[in-house]
Amino acid sequence: MIQFTLWDIVSHLLIGMGWTVGLSFAAFILGSTAGMVMLFARISPNPLLRQLAKIYIEFFQGTPLLMQLFLLFFGLALMGIDISALATALIGLTLFTSAYLAEIWRGCVESLPFGQWEASASLAMNRWQQMRYVIIPQAVRISLPPTVGFSVQVVKGTAVTSIIGFMEITKTGTMIANATFKPMLVYGLVAIGYFLICFPLSAFARRVERRSYATYMR
Amino acid sequence: MQLICVDELHKSFGDLEVLKGVSFSVKEGEVVAIIGRSGSGKSTLLRVLNGLESFGDGIVNIDGKRVSGLKADLIPLRLKVGMVFQQFNLFPHLTAGENVMLAPKVVKKESREHVTELAMEMLERVGLADKFNAYPDQLSGGQQQRVAIARALAMRPKVLLCDEITSALDPELVDEVLEVVQRLAADGMTLIMVTHEMRFAREVGDTLIFMHQGKVHEMGAPEELFTRPQTPELASFVKSVL
Amino acid sequence: MAYQFSFEAIASNWELLARGVALTVVLTAIGSFVGIIIGTVGAVSRAWTLPLLSQVFTVYIECVRNTPFLVQLYFIFFGLPALGVKLNGWEASVLTMVINLGAYSTEIIRAGVMSIPKGLLEAAESLAMNRWQALRYVVLRPALKNVWPALCSQIVIVMLGSSVCSQIAAQELTYAANLIQTQTFRAFEIYLTSTLLYLMLAVLVRKCLNQIGMRFIERRKA
Repeated sequence: MIQFTLWDIVSHLLIGMGWTVGLSFAAFILGSTAGMVMLFARISPNPLLRQLAKIYIEFFQGTPLLMQLFLLFFGLALMGIDISALATALIGLTLFTSAYLAEIWRGCVESLPFGQWEASASLAMNRWQQMRYVIIPQAVRISLPPTVGFSVQVVKGTAVTSIIGFMEITKTGTMIANATFKPMLVYGLVAIGYFLICFPLSAFARRVERRSYATYMR
Repeated sequence: MQLICVDELHKSFGDLEVLKGVSFSVKEGEVVAIIGRSGSGKSTLLRVLNGLESFGDGIVNIDGKRVSGLKADLIPLRLKVGMVFQQFNLFPHLTAGENVMLAPKVVKKESREHVTELAMEMLERVGLADKFNAYPDQLSGGQQQRVAIARALAMRPKVLLCDEITSALDPELVDEVLEVVQRLAADGMTLIMVTHEMRFAREVGDTLIFMHQGKVHEMGAPEELFTRPQTPELASFVKSVL
Repeated sequence: MAYQFSFEAIASNWELLARGVALTVVLTAIGSFVGIIIGTVGAVSRAWTLPLLSQVFTVYIECVRNTPFLVQLYFIFFGLPALGVKLNGWEASVLTMVINLGAYSTEIIRAGVMSIPKGLLEAAESLAMNRWQALRYVVLRPALKNVWPALCSQIVIVMLGSSVCSQIAAQELTYAANLIQTQTFRAFEIYLTSTLLYLMLAVLVRKCLNQIGMRFIERRKA
């Protein structure tokens, strides 16, 4: 039987943590891009597009991430596509992220007074120009705190991908825990790993929220 | 008999001294109107009398008991001193009747039957017996303020403080509230009101206090003060508001 | 590529699924009920900055919010026995749900308490109420009413997150789906079905919570 030193455990977990960070980052970037597309669809003047986007968002917000991953994994397999755990995790998290971000951003856009649309329309701007020059710049400012806040949910969401076999920190932890019979220590370290990633993001989200609130009050 | 006695009252917010030695007294059944520019300390004075603000130096006696500033003494003080606010501050989740019943029920532990009767009586007194089951957002501003008066009266206070109670109202709703106050005064209620309604202060008040820069600048019979102000400050204030 | 969809296997196992749905609902109900009670205590101690208690709650909230549900679950189920606390899968799941909803509702309800205008508190004070009376009769219901929608969303999110409780053999909906899958090999069909069941649950739970909100928090007579 192999003996694990504390350092062995930690170094393996750090590798897993690297995958967690990488997956979170990639899913957040891709998810933001897809989310932007969904946002435009969700607030489009075309009712069909709006409806489709609404169904998309409601599906991903109304079902467990784990089920989404299972469906993706087995659904693609049915179509004869063999897909790795990493690819499943990345696609699944991207879709999940895009739905939530689209909804968060829609809230921000709709919180702007309707007068902003009217004023820009009265200046003969078309819809694209209104978005580009008037609505988006204002919406971005209010959307920063909830968007950063949601990135914490993405990081935590990556833990679920351990269930479909992706070797991020939780999966690594499970394997080490089984090998060492020290689940308390190992899962404690895993939790600390997540905390080290998530706490700075949460703290940053709170700070920008306070700051934007302060500018708003001025 | 003096119901309220204030002597050399001082109050500061940080470095800003808002009350710089205020002295006056109020007899039972007396109606005192306090006027003055904004920032002269009128509202702060009322809030001190209700224990919503602490104070620095000075003595405040209410109904023979010295106001200590101790937390434990706040409740007995407030049982004697009722207050009506500029912004009504009705509890939005309770009906008009429930707003009136709440404090007698939970603070004085009076029976349900008794407080229901009491609330009905108080709402009748302000002319809103038919609004017993209405929620605050179903009432006009004037009606809300009358409910707030009924709510304060239901505690049977010895004195009622009114802090600019008509300032947040649309002009056409002011009179219905003032009528209620006038009736209270006629019934012998002791009233201290900070007000901008000069005509009302003159007609209903027994005593007028003009506050200026944190002090009682002039005090006396309203008619006297309005027609023959002794100081240039009051003269210019009277001129600016009439 | 001629895959034949077959939902027969699911139909014959409907009892397992129904049981799974019921347990997911029970798990969520217990978590929400106890969580909101913890949340109310936490919100008040944080809003009033009660010594010690408010610090304890701050640490608790940060720990819960910045670690995944799944890891908390593993820690409680696999890790706690080392301290002599042996919980079965169901008990560990209930505990994790309560801990999570307790933390999230503390934050949400605190925002509600802070949203109550100062004037209402002063009115309560001027009527000789002490701070507990003011909290109980004047602050709590409007505060809960203001944040009820946020609380409902959070409950639905945590309910969906509870699907990972299947990993420690708590027999909720996902566990039932996994079980049927291993018996029938109809993976896609069974996961599609359970996904749709979750979707329905999310809609229904939200509706129910709205009703509860109107009944017990709004409590309008008119």
